[in-house]
Amino acid sequence: MPGSLPAAERGVVVDGMRIVVDRDLCQGHGVCESEAPELFSVSKDGVLSVLNERPGQDLRSRLELAVKYCPTHALSVVEEEE
Amino acid sequence: MATEALRVPPAVSGGDGRDGHLGELRHDPIGLMRRVREECGDVGEFRLADRTVVLLSGAEANEVFFRASEEELDQAEAYPFMTPIFGEGVVFDAPPERRREMLHNQALRDKFMRGHAATIAEEVEAMVAGWADEGEIDLLDFFAELTIYTSSSCLIGRRFRDQLDRRFAELYHDLERGTDALAYVDAYAPIESFRRRDEARAGLVELVQQIMEGRRTGPAPVDEDRDLLDVLMSIMGDDGVPRFSADEVTGMFIAMMFAGHHTTSGTAAWTLIELLRHPNEMEAVAAELDDLYAGGAKLAPGGDPPGVPGDRRARPERLRAQGELAPGGDPPGVPGDRRARSERPRAQGELVSYQALREMPRLESAVKEALRLHPPLILLLRVAKEPVEVGGYLVEPGKLVGATPAISNRIPEDFPEPDEFRPERYLDPRQEDLANPWTWIPFGAGRHRCVGAAFAMMQLKAIFSVLLRGWKFELAQPSESYRNDHSKMVVQLEQPCRARYRRRSAGSWSTV
Repeated sequence: MPGSLPAAERGVVVDGMRIVVDRDLCQGHGVCESEAPELFSVSKDGVLSVLNERPGQDLRSRLELAVKYCPTHALSVVEEEE
Repeated sequence: MATEALRVPPAVSGGDGRDGHLGELRHDPIGLMRRVREECGDVGEFRLADRTVVLLSGAEANEVFFRASEEELDQAEAYPFMTPIFGEGVVFDAPPERRREMLHNQALRDKFMRGHAATIAEEVEAMVAGWADEGEIDLLDFFAELTIYTSSSCLIGRRFRDQLDRRFAELYHDLERGTDALAYVDAYAPIESFRRRDEARAGLVELVQQIMEGRRTGPAPVDEDRDLLDVLMSIMGDDGVPRFSADEVTGMFIAMMFAGHHTTSGTAAWTLIELLRHPNEMEAVAAELDDLYAGGAKLAPGGDPPGVPGDRRARPERLRAQGELAPGGDPPGVPGDRRARSERPRAQGELVSYQALREMPRLESAVKEALRLHPPLILLLRVAKEPVEVGGYLVEPGKLVGATPAISNRIPEDFPEPDEFRPERYLDPRQEDLANPWTWIPFGAGRHRCVGAAFAMMQLKAIFSVLLRGWKFELAQPSESYRNDHSKMVVQLEQPCRARYRRRSAGSWSTV
């Protein structure tokens, strides 16, 4: 959050994930949508929307499958501290 | 761009005649392109009559090529040999935005893959149903015919596929043979392969015309049997007559099938040839399949929600309406199971889940290595529309620009032992395909990466799941006699390219 102290100084470290899409590579195959429909939606004309850019840990394994099987390797996950 | 200080790329030796390097490109394109890299480095020129081709190789130059926008490097005009094949007005390639729509329309999306996997397995079963316990096949004829059936069934629909036979595959082959680089000078030059190309296209239009007439006069199909041809035939123009002629429909079908046909067919053949040349790899792949399919696993249709009539044709509008497709598959014999309805032989073996199909590291690595060594497209082309800088050189507008999988895939710095078949290079942690995204380019890269790559890989896994579990193969010719014919822009195996097959009894892989 803007203006808040760095996590380490607040004394709490919360692991967070952020989904990053390389729009140059995405072709709208919809594999991510099949793996994790809570996180991804691909429109009729093939445009990907990320429904939740910072999902909770409960979705980690499905997100990892989406990243792994993306046919164009357009997805990645950045691990962040909050 | 400050282009004044940039130099024009160096030119490769030879090509002194009027047509420049055209003759060499028509007879030994890989030799020519290898020479460009040896003499000029990452960026070098050769000449096709009055056109200059700037040929790129290596990661840095390839990245410029694959990241370029349509405004810089345009595909539409780069493949003049395709126009007489598709017909005027059917574009060879489309901008990335349009490709996304095509991906959607062409049933290549992930949610259709599960159904396609089962369709493909059934097509292979149908092809081998007529085999004796042992015999011989020509690899080009076999895989070219098989992939006509799989691509028509998955992309156009089952009903259309069931109206095709060998004649369609043979005519299609003549089309593919009509891709002589002479088209860069004159796509309608009076040569034998162009004449056969034009006859083949007319023959295909006639076949499609007959099918269309049969449908017009025949009984209407039940709703779930309608395929893309039915949809196209039902579209009316403003004047109340059908919007699309047989010629236009044929052009669309040729175009839809083209990119995935000779490419998949050739890769299937080369994967089998390389595995037969490397028995240890073959044994590992066969063991992987045996493990996966042990215990009665099935290549499950998977695309059908339980209780819905088995339907795995490419009819996006209806499949889409079904929403999320259920994992797993319907058991054989459920009402509506297509195999029960049609005359097709039942799958002899057991089938496997779609998830299992995604996890076949040994087979997948073998396919990737066959693709690296024998890329179906050896030269990808664009036309420069603006001045483009590559590796310190200037590419002037109007020049053709090429990237070459045949050369880049074998750069020794990126792929140690570049000429050897080494599937282990794709296993963790080496993963040389992912480590070299701009030089491991059998599917191209970046914005224009082949949209059918995932479909192709799934298809090849499904094909070998059936073939290698049911049959044992051996080369019927000296190993070094299998080679590609590079005299056309569409690369094909040189015939003869024969292999022997023998029915495999359970667990008999390693014993001859």
